[in-house]
Amino acid sequence: MSQSMEQALQEAKAVAKNMRKNILVMTNRAKGGHPGGCLSATDILAVLYKCYMRVDPKNPRWPGRDYFFLSKGHAVPAHYAVLIETGFLSKDELKDFREIEGRLPAYPSCEITPGIDMSSGSLGQGLSVANGTALAAKLNGTDQRAYVMLGDGELHEGQVWEAMMTAAHFKLNNVCAIVDYNKLQLDGSLDEVKTLGDLRAKWDSFGWHTIEIDGHDYEQIYNAFAEAIAFKDGPTAIIAHTIKGKGVSFMEDEVGWHAAAPSDEQLQIALKELS
Amino acid sequence: MMIAPREAYGKALVELGKENKDVVVLDADVAKASMTILFKEVFPERFFDLGIAESDIIGTGAGFAVAGKIPFVNAYANFLLGNGWDQIRISVCYANKNVKIIGHNIGASSGKDGPTHLPLEDIALTRAFPGMTVIEPVDGIEIKKAVKALAQHVGPAYMRVGRLPIPVVTKEDDEFIIGKANTIRSGSDVTIIACGVMVSKALAAAEALSGEGINAEVINMHTIKPLDKEAILKSVEKTGAVVTAEEHTVIGGLGGAVAEFLACTKPLPMKIVGSQDRFGVCGSYEEIHQVLGLTSEKIIEAAKDVIKAKK
Repeated sequence: MSQSMEQALQEAKAVAKNMRKNILVMTNRAKGGHPGGCLSATDILAVLYKCYMRVDPKNPRWPGRDYFFLSKGHAVPAHYAVLIETGFLSKDELKDFREIEGRLPAYPSCEITPGIDMSSGSLGQGLSVANGTALAAKLNGTDQRAYVMLGDGELHEGQVWEAMMTAAHFKLNNVCAIVDYNKLQLDGSLDEVKTLGDLRAKWDSFGWHTIEIDGHDYEQIYNAFAEAIAFKDGPTAIIAHTIKGKGVSFMEDEVGWHAAAPSDEQLQIALKELS
Repeated sequence: MMIAPREAYGKALVELGKENKDVVVLDADVAKASMTILFKEVFPERFFDLGIAESDIIGTGAGFAVAGKIPFVNAYANFLLGNGWDQIRISVCYANKNVKIIGHNIGASSGKDGPTHLPLEDIALTRAFPGMTVIEPVDGIEIKKAVKALAQHVGPAYMRVGRLPIPVVTKEDDEFIIGKANTIRSGSDVTIIACGVMVSKALAAAEALSGEGINAEVINMHTIKPLDKEAILKSVEKTGAVVTAEEHTVIGGLGGAVAEFLACTKPLPMKIVGSQDRFGVCGSYEEIHQVLGLTSEKIIEAAKDVIKAKK
């Protein structure tokens, strides 16, 4: 590991620690939200934003920016948390999550929140949007990249597979899809509800360059994004094996934490674990 | 003179492409039917065929808009609205993206293709979205102006484009402003508000009515949303009775929009001419219109009824 990479990853880890705390504070205060799928995505978002995303918090709509789309919109507290760490939002705004005032609605809104480029909350739509921005970047001759994070349960949506074909057909090597593969959805495990089968083979056969990683291993996350950038023949999918509720002992791998807010007492225990 | 709306649309896109390099055109494997192929021939680098994937094409269009392009997204209206409705709702309208959604083969205009291919519900489906502009140009001349206006308008918009030739009722120098209705015949006894091909039928009805001493005013309501309420009020204050006519179901379309407005603002005798809560049939364009009741005779009948209902 190079020294600069090591330093970057240390910073990302610190960011992730703050993000986890803020995700828990937000969902506790709002008495709602989806902490499980936020915590599974946290490490990936921390590395992506700290090491790769070319964005400007002072000018969120800077035309030369990289794009990130949270297609699994219910995990938006994780996105808010990383936007706080990168200066798009202020920590004072945590209290506004799911409230009528403020800039942190329950699901992403590009009309309300700086740093968010597309509203979501209906699953399945983000990859198509990422493809559109990637095609526009190609048309403009820029090296902008489009990242999109998909939930694993979200892959049940047919539009995702339409969009997978589109990205492969147009050889969109500036598109990188990340699957937050935590293996749990609202009604139970994916294998109980509707199995994804051989997920890697599915992406491979759709013409994507597919990388499988441990979505909580910083070096693997870092290297996967680097490999996606280096791969020139088409789009890259990072299948990130993750743990729902990662980082909080009583939330890990528990389906009940898909959509449940921690109580005040649970919050204190969780914050202690994360300190 | 008759012009197929789609042909006028394809040519208008080419003209627009020359003037505005931010315009991109997306199609879902119907480029030869939608006539976007004309744009493809001139600007292949700005044309994207996404195959038979109407949900994906809406989302991809929204992505182009995020990046500052002006996407015109094309497919048959029934499939585009049917499969793409949730994507239009979230990725386009809720996100307030500058996407131009073009529904083709509207109404009965694909003729013998039959019920599955006859979109009679698309105005209702698009009109319900907050922030959506809904347009149905009256003829091949107006479509050119509508395409230009759409490119200048910032925000989500839906436009209906028909397949088979329809009569031309406007002139090159007639004005077209989104949201501003055009009164194309003055009258004092009844107001006929129509859109698309039904405007020509409304004019024929007005002509027939004038032979019976009835003066009908005819309004080309090319923009169904936002509705030109001022023009409606101005006309009905004079006539006191209104008939609407559209190549669409009577549920939630132009008639619905006018009724919602007048019922709450100035209740008066009103009839809605349109398809009566049913699917289409296979047949020629005119045969289907006969079956669905989209005729001048129905407009005449309705006009006489509402005049009779006036105090």
